Amino acid sequence: MSTTPTAALFKARATTITKDLRHRAVIRGALQKYGVVRDAKKDRFRDWQGARAAASEIKWQAINHLDAHLAQFAEKLEARGGVVHWARDGAEARQIILGIVRAKNAHAIVKSKVMTGEEIHINEALEEAGFDVVESDLGEYICQLRHEAPYHFVFPAMHLTRGEISALFTEKLGTAPTDNPEELTMIARRVLRDKYIRADIGISGANFAIAETGMISITENEGNARLTCALPKTHIALLGIEKVLPKLSDLALFLPMLGTVGCGQLLTGYNTMYGGPKQPGEADGPEEFHVVLLDNRRTALLASPEQRDALQCIRCGGCLNVCPIYKNVGGHTYGATYQGPIGSVITPHLRGLQEWKHLVFCSSLCGACTEACPVKIDLHHHLLQSRRDAITEKPVWWEKLAFQAVGVVFNNAWLFSLGMKLGRIGQLFHPLIKNTPLDPARAWTRARELPKVAPQTFREWWNQRK
Amino acid sequence: MNARETIFGRIREALSRPAQKPGGHDHASPPPGEARTAADCLPFGGADAAEQLTLFTQNAKELSADFRVVETPEALHAQLAELAQREGWKRVASHAGELTEAACAALSLPVTRTDGDGGYDVGELEACDAGITACEALVAQTGSVLVTSRSCGGRALSVLPPHHVVLARRNQLVPDLTAAFALLETRYAPSYPSMISFISGPSRTGDIERILVLGAHGPKKLTIFCL
Repeated sequence: MSTTPTAALFKARATTITKDLRHRAVIRGALQKYGVVRDAKKDRFRDWQGARAAASEIKWQAINHLDAHLAQFAEKLEARGGVVHWARDGAEARQIILGIVRAKNAHAIVKSKVMTGEEIHINEALEEAGFDVVESDLGEYICQLRHEAPYHFVFPAMHLTRGEISALFTEKLGTAPTDNPEELTMIARRVLRDKYIRADIGISGANFAIAETGMISITENEGNARLTCALPKTHIALLGIEKVLPKLSDLALFLPMLGTVGCGQLLTGYNTMYGGPKQPGEADGPEEFHVVLLDNRRTALLASPEQRDALQCIRCGGCLNVCPIYKNVGGHTYGATYQGPIGSVITPHLRGLQEWKHLVFCSSLCGACTEACPVKIDLHHHLLQSRRDAITEKPVWWEKLAFQAVGVVFNNAWLFSLGMKLGRIGQLFHPLIKNTPLDPARAWTRARELPKVAPQTFREWWNQRK
Repeated sequence: MNARETIFGRIREALSRPAQKPGGHDHASPPPGEARTAADCLPFGGADAAEQLTLFTQNAKELSADFRVVETPEALHAQLAELAQREGWKRVASHAGELTEAACAALSLPVTRTDGDGGYDVGELEACDAGITACEALVAQTGSVLVTSRSCGGRALSVLPPHHVVLARRNQLVPDLTAAFALLETRYAPSYPSMISFISGPSRTGDIERILVLGAHGPKKLTIFCL
């Protein structure tokens, strides 16, 4: 396979981190705890597989009538005083958000978690324009202080120990070191409280957009999104166009499924629906409510005859948590906004197959992701399809040649048996060059033993037997 | 062409071609013909009021919420006063409502009302020791409290003070989320409140080593009285 700089970077990061035993221990510890609580909550469902089938069907219908649902969502929300913006790509979304922020003469911006914001690099754009932006989700806040991308799109700071977080707070906030997670959380609470109260603008994402009522739904644990959507005078929600659900009552299914697979909670702490700015007779809430609907090549994925269902994703992170690749290479290695199996499926569609094709090859195709997915996206099969597409689009001459040669040998019994004989002789000399630049199997032998050719083929054994 | 038209054009173009439905490669699929409604697949919400109450009690406990069933308003006020004294409340925040007004009057502490005519001061609300609200419903299936901006004092009251106290009536208990959404529809459709929130336990985070910490940005304590 030809190597792009993005692939080379992926490989370099993966090589380093798979040897990092500390990293492995942290990730394994975090995901083991998650696995236990997730399974306990799954058992509460009267029919987990039935719930998956129902959720998959609703989402499939939703994206297959995306135009009608989006039109209804926008109409309902506008009728309630919300402003709906449409963004063809990241640049347009950034311009829209910067436009609102400038028009409001804002100074301080508080953000609750919004992965679509990571996708379009909204923080960088706002900071460059001179605005003070602070992340309010604890994990995101930690990542922001470290100037790094989230490690996991549900658990952004999963790769850090309490000691590292304490050291970070001591360095950036001047607080006393502590190894108590509760004290660390309280430090962030104190610092961020003040930010909420002073913020002019709150930026959030959304987990679902309800066509029937023109509402967005936000799932969270900390209450930071609740505050982000309550206190600032202007609320901007940024979401992908695929987030639609037809009916408000569909949430009765989706909220517990998201909580269960996402965090191992039947429902997370706060599941909140927002429909427009403060309504007449209400005590508080923003005066302006803007929703920015982002395409950014989601329609290209919609056009894929084989992989349209990837748009059903509710970003629960369930596939990351069971993925053997994710557990070994870690979230930062991917270099993409969305990590793990779902990221490997959608990133090539969103950002170009040839540059990101290494992600679709980086899978054991074990299918754990497909089994974990609450909306039944055929994840591992899509990785296989994208491998085929990548090679068809841009064949690699030597791979083609090698496979042709294998084809000839495998189709000819005489050549095959000669090959086995040569292999048996060849492997006697292999230790001399093993794991040196001369070794043709070096990519394999660097970290593993080459399987031994059997001393006798089946055919030889059969003939001898007579 | 503006952005909206372009995006709709792209969507219609994409949808004009058929696509493969998912699920064909998942071996955990249930056998065909056994399709059940989504509501039947979800966790059980309790068949009658007594079962729902037991379930809510269990779920609330698991979520670290303090759930108390009280028989009379006097008993509720006495327990609330005891709570106020133990935690040293100086000021509480609340809103108009039969249960909330009676409780605040019985507490005889200064009260910040969020639903007054001229609005309220955020700093003052932040300084309150407890937010006392009504609710729309209690959900047995999940142990959640359903609040809305219209009937529970707005958006911030249930999340800004460090202790959220919910005053509910026994007949507000519903079995599950499906019933809760049906109730919201009957009560409000089509002019829903601008915020509808299912609160499940006190504010929490697991962002540090996946260890549960209560009281992240919202209340550290959630007390639910059921009259």
